[in-house]
Amino acid sequence: MSWLPKSPKARRRLWVVAAVAPVLALAVGLSLYAMRDNVTFFFSPSEATPDKAPAGRVVRLGGLVETGSVARAGDGEVMFVITDNAAATRVSYQGDLPDLFREGQGVVTQGTFLPDRSFRATQVLAKHDETYMPREVADRLKAKGEWRPEGGAAARGVPTR
Amino acid sequence: MIVELGGFALILALALAMLQTGMAVAGRLRRSPVLAGAAEGAALAGAVAVALAFAALIAAFAVSDFSVANVAANSHTDKPMLYKVAAAWGSHEGSLLLWCLVLTGFGAVLSRARGLPFGLKASAVATQGVLGVLFLAFAVFTSNPFARLDPAPFQGASLNPLLQDPALAFHPPLLYCGYVGFSVCFSLAIAALIEGRANSSFWPAWGRWVRPWALASWAFLTVGITLGAFWAYYELGWGGWWFWDPVENASFMPWLAGAALLHSAVVTERRGALAGWTTFLALLAFTFSMLGAFLVRSGVLTSVHAFAVDPERGLMLLAILGATSGAAFALFAWRAPRLKGGGMFAPVSREGALVLNNLFLTAACATVLLGTLYPLILEAANGATISIGPPYFALTFVPLMAAAFVIVPAGPLLAWKRGDLNGVIQRLSVAVGLALLIAFAGWMAFEPKKALSAAGIGLGAWLILGTLAEVVERVRLFRGPLAESLRRARGLPLGAWGTTLAHAGLGVFVLGAVVETGYRIEAARPLAPGQTIEAGKWTVRLDSVRVVEGPNYLAEQGRLTVTLRNGAAPRMVTAERRFFPAGGQTTTEVGLDFRGLDDVYVVLGERGRTEAGAAAWSVRVWWNPWARLIFLGPAIMALGGLLSLLDRRLRFGVGRRRAPS
Repeated sequence: MSWLPKSPKARRRLWVVAAVAPVLALAVGLSLYAMRDNVTFFFSPSEATPDKAPAGRVVRLGGLVETGSVARAGDGEVMFVITDNAAATRVSYQGDLPDLFREGQGVVTQGTFLPDRSFRATQVLAKHDETYMPREVADRLKAKGEWRPEGGAAARGVPTR
Repeated sequence: MIVELGGFALILALALAMLQTGMAVAGRLRRSPVLAGAAEGAALAGAVAVALAFAALIAAFAVSDFSVANVAANSHTDKPMLYKVAAAWGSHEGSLLLWCLVLTGFGAVLSRARGLPFGLKASAVATQGVLGVLFLAFAVFTSNPFARLDPAPFQGASLNPLLQDPALAFHPPLLYCGYVGFSVCFSLAIAALIEGRANSSFWPAWGRWVRPWALASWAFLTVGITLGAFWAYYELGWGGWWFWDPVENASFMPWLAGAALLHSAVVTERRGALAGWTTFLALLAFTFSMLGAFLVRSGVLTSVHAFAVDPERGLMLLAILGATSGAAFALFAWRAPRLKGGGMFAPVSREGALVLNNLFLTAACATVLLGTLYPLILEAANGATISIGPPYFALTFVPLMAAAFVIVPAGPLLAWKRGDLNGVIQRLSVAVGLALLIAFAGWMAFEPKKALSAAGIGLGAWLILGTLAEVVERVRLFRGPLAESLRRARGLPLGAWGTTLAHAGLGVFVLGAVVETGYRIEAARPLAPGQTIEAGKWTVRLDSVRVVEGPNYLAEQGRLTVTLRNGAAPRMVTAERRFFPAGGQTTTEVGLDFRGLDDVYVVLGERGRTEAGAAAWSVRVWWNPWARLIFLGPAIMALGGLLSLLDRRLRFGVGRRRAPS
């Protein structure tokens, strides 16, 4: 092929570019495409205004589970209120709550806002550690001066109750 | 007393690491074998000192010495002995000591290696010494596991009960053998950058020294990650085994870089080519290991795996990472242009296929890196807090790896220097046909019908069949007498069998991952005793729930019966919900019913009431088809790595013994 460079070195370089370029383009293209739709923003209840978190868009909502707000319906539906002590949002969730979900403690949920500004959670994120506060929640609470490191770790009763 | 000895041994190890570095550097500069030999002695003594310190820590945990802050924070007298010992590496301080133990231990093995040229070995021992100094100093000054408490509490705070599990007891040691094993590759790469020349005989020899370390680390990491995934699968009770969580990605990136490294090291060893690229990957693999340590221990990223989170220590780790990797890559930028390994090859050749493999692996690794760090970058840039979930990785990582998998079986069939693509396609045509048939069969067999999952099944089958086709080709099966084929099979080097197993294991994993992800069925419902729930073709009945007492927990134990829908093939499973009074925590013990390759996965949830007012438990059931293969595949891959390691040509610490002259 006469249009190929004469020297073997340049020829090899051309081959390398010919191999690298499409793979790199594929990787970059896929990343950009995937980034557009699969980035989930995190809000606390007072930040989650309708313009930032419109109904139907998947976002994460985090804060403290308001004490006394957890109510269970018979069909596995759970309702609770997430608060950052400046605003509160009603959350509904279908399914089992993680083992470490407690009233008065931090929680992060993922889901969508409904038109009435209540939140439909598809996921309640569990943490491995009972003393752990999700970092976004801790940051927001600190910013609002509501940070209490002890977090009220009153354990719920033993399963024999 | 033992604790004081442990603390002393740790400080001694730090001093020995300094000595090791100093003497190795001096020995290299003065070309003094005596000094270099002394440095090697210091490396060995340092490893022994860290081992003593580690033994002292384990002893403190075994006797529940709560005057040690670390023991008080992570242990409890009620815990079974295995978990008391395992708690020694369950905390930040203890696991860092384990990290140091592996680092100095592998450094000691490196210092015993024979056959390395004087300069290269002295430089590598010096580099390993520098790493030892940095991490031991970090342990001694910021994370001393032997710090005392006064007054000593009567009872410990206990380790997180989720970690009380056999898989997790062995997960960290294996993982760290992998992570830190790459430190030797790192040191050898630095040494090669300092000592290397544009010499046709240097690079193949260097490749031969690096490869066993890359192989061993990669195999350890494979087993470690798989154990972790298996633990997450049956202990967390979320039904999944991989969540693309930052901490999981942190262990996965060194694995990807290590996989690229061990492939490109083959090219460097056999052909002397790609010298600069292999060095780069050796530096990269350990950089990712350190990055992982930083991400896990600093808490900069929100992860479901909350480790001891401490920003200040995170900053120190970041400084270590920046200093070592920064210096290493600066050295690389300065020296690499002079490293000419030679060894030209045509685009279609074994080398070419391995280059393409490396390209895909590193591109895939880069997308994982971007997905892991992008939330950090964005938060630093404009303060928005985001998270990047599994869909991102499914759209970026998966297609790139799928493209890589297409070429995997072709690689070993191509000749070095210049391959015959048409010949390879001919020899693989049967495998291609069978894989397409299997994809079609998969499309027909599973409901609902999913084209992408069927394609994935075909890809997994292609990996297995294509790899086997290569063996069939090499032993000339079906082409002559069987005895001749058997004789040829015995004659194949272990390394070739290692490749075969690793590639076939990858195929097994792909089959499991594709089918489990594509066709798993989940069902959940509150059940009173005697009621049933259905998931796919399975029916699960809750028989009874009773309270049982464990060594350090109380549990509600559900007994359930899994049957086919028509009531055939009944089998009992027990699922528990355990309450640990020491930490006030509840954990889930999944009930697993192994049905051939499938799992019926049962989680007993909270107690509630039915509409009628009777006691009921929310029961969640998953039917995970072919889930066994997800964990079997990586085990086969690691076995392949082990076989390759046992290959005579690559044996540990053995140079080329008495080359025939």
